[in-house]
Amino acid sequence: MRAPSSDLPIVFENVSIAASGVPVLDRLSLTLQHGAPTVLIGPNGSGKTTVLRAAMGLIAPSQGRITWGGLEFSPPTRRAIVFQRPTMLRRSAAANVRYALRAARIPRGERETRIAELLALVGLEGFSDRPARRMSGGEQQRLALARALASDPAVLFLDEPTASLDPAATKSLEDVIRAVAARGIKVVMATHDLGEARRLAGYVVLLHRGRVIETGDAEEFFKSPQTAEARKFLAGELLV
Amino acid sequence: MPSDLSALQLVMSGDPALFAIVRLSLLVSLAAVICAAIIAIPLGALIALTRFPGREAVIVILNALMGLPPVVVGLAIYLLLSRSGPLGAWGLLFTPTAMVIAQTVLVAPIIAALTRQTIEDLWVEYRDELAAMNIGPAGRVMTLIWDARFSLITTLLAGFGRAAAEVGAVIIVGGNIDGFTRVMTTTIALETSKGNLPLAVGLGVVLMTIVILVNAFAWVARRAGERLGA
Amino acid sequence: MFTRRYLIAIAAFAALATPALAQDKSIVVSSTTSTQDSGLFGHILPIFKAKTGIDVKVVSQGTGQALDTARRGDADVVFVHAKPLEEKFIAEGFGVKRNPVMYNDFIVIGPKSDLAGIKGAKDVAAALKTIKEKNAPFISRGDKSGTHAAELALWKAAGVDVGGADKGAWYKEIGQGMGAALNTASASNAYVLADRGTWLSFKNRGDLEIAVEGDKRLFNQYGVILVNPAKHATVKKELGQQFIDWLISPEGQKAIADYKINGEQLFYPNANDGNA
Repeated sequence: MRAPSSDLPIVFENVSIAASGVPVLDRLSLTLQHGAPTVLIGPNGSGKTTVLRAAMGLIAPSQGRITWGGLEFSPPTRRAIVFQRPTMLRRSAAANVRYALRAARIPRGERETRIAELLALVGLEGFSDRPARRMSGGEQQRLALARALASDPAVLFLDEPTASLDPAATKSLEDVIRAVAARGIKVVMATHDLGEARRLAGYVVLLHRGRVIETGDAEEFFKSPQTAEARKFLAGELLV
Repeated sequence: MPSDLSALQLVMSGDPALFAIVRLSLLVSLAAVICAAIIAIPLGALIALTRFPGREAVIVILNALMGLPPVVVGLAIYLLLSRSGPLGAWGLLFTPTAMVIAQTVLVAPIIAALTRQTIEDLWVEYRDELAAMNIGPAGRVMTLIWDARFSLITTLLAGFGRAAAEVGAVIIVGGNIDGFTRVMTTTIALETSKGNLPLAVGLGVVLMTIVILVNAFAWVARRAGERLGA
Repeated sequence: MFTRRYLIAIAAFAALATPALAQDKSIVVSSTTSTQDSGLFGHILPIFKAKTGIDVKVVSQGTGQALDTARRGDADVVFVHAKPLEEKFIAEGFGVKRNPVMYNDFIVIGPKSDLAGIKGAKDVAAALKTIKEKNAPFISRGDKSGTHAAELALWKAAGVDVGGADKGAWYKEIGQGMGAALNTASASNAYVLADRGTWLSFKNRGDLEIAVEGDKRLFNQYGVILVNPAKHATVKKELGQQFIDWLISPEGQKAIADYKINGEQLFYPNANDGNA
């Protein structure tokens, strides 16, 4: 059982973020708490990726503020992110993981065993010496996940991790995510697949045009959504 | 060195004077590339990764310096190293060390400018991942340089080719002294001016062969990089 | 990974520097391209080295540049062939003493077709005048060298003002050494003034041959001067003086006389000649 992490809760207070003058997040308020996975859903362009990156600490809000465990600044040592299109280092798969272990200051003696463990966890045993850039999209996604887990994070952000995977790969990745969450790591994930949201979410956040439309316990949300937009979205209609 | 035999015949017979000339050419250019790399690769990476006022101007100047005329570099170093010049006390004029210095100055901008371009392109790709892993500035530089290693090797080989092929700088600061600072390019110039064209042509062939070999290495390095997915 | 590169660089520098340091017994002699191109140094320097163990490093340039290099203190000894310039050099305080060493002669080279019709002439000034009058192409080194200075003196003797009134397309200044001038003359079937030494070892003659020789005014005297250590303390005066003493000694003079191309002697030692 893990002690409560110092990064949680991650609180967005009226956060606005603009990209090249275009507002992406609009006075958004949100709290990410310790516990079951939080899944962000919403149409394309609703700001899911930006929320993840901001919560990771990669973008600063132009208005409002974000706090991690009450702190306004927190270096990303206890959190990790898997981008939608992760960048592999020009080395072998094992070397990629080793790099992350080194960055997280894991002692040298432990590194080799951890590499093997992590690759096995994401289903990439045997890929140790494969050049990472020449792995398939799904394999790279899993390697990025292994890299993210290398630093033993308390919070794990995932940006549409199964978007480009076939059903079999999707299932294995979701199994890994479930296993990770079971270890006590807080998972915050964006997805456009409602089925996946249903499968994995403990909490749901519906975003639209940079604002939070509705948020709540997953079971309740899917059973009885409160807002009109949520009902439309769950019914499969386009939110404009 | 007997001047009526062509260089190819001399190579076959293993003429020691010719051998010494080729050896000196390679040593001088190799040393210059190594020294230039030590300065230029970190410098190029630094410019790529930091923002500072006047950065655009620095990049433009750096790119322009790639076209530094070798004779101009030679003249400048000559004035510096001459006994009457500021660094005269070092007594380096007309020595191979002076030639290495001149070629280092010539080649460093090329390596720096190309390194900057390579690293900057790579940075765009790597920026988010490295920030997410909380990698500090020194770590970023080293990671990018290592991951760009194949492109950087190609850059170094380009620098070597430039150094090995130039004559203007080494002839001015080296003095083309027989048995001491004479390299392939300066010997070709000398033998041509003596009307000894067969020898000059033969040496030219040797030089071209070396240049081609260097380019072949560059190609092999790039292919190795591709195979490793770089 | 970085430390390895630094070590390689230091090793490279050391490898190249050590020969320089080991070369403690060496002097820099600034001389002219024509002397170098004649091959004389290749013949006499090994003899000197075998006797004294001193490495003579010859930097060959035009006479003007050779004297400038010495003025800057970048050479220990000067060995050129332009008496007025040498005496000026000493008067300015840059040289200690001038010793005559040897002489060779200049010749006028021209194409076999002999546009100016001067082949075999005995009066060089008249021959040059004829070249100008017939508008025959002439190549000048134009590089402030001893040869260039001699050429200008001859034009003056011929009453032709190549710098001013008589300038024209027939007279081409190339600003380069003797070999380059001969190459150009060969390629354009022009006349050129050359020293016999360079001509004898020149391989790219094309249609060129000797047109005029033997006139006393074609006489080319060489002098050797030690650069004044009072002006530049770094001048290696003992080693330099050893070289000069050897050149004017009977042994050095004999070595000079022994240098032959195709059996022909190029340089005539005359260190004993007080008027040279």
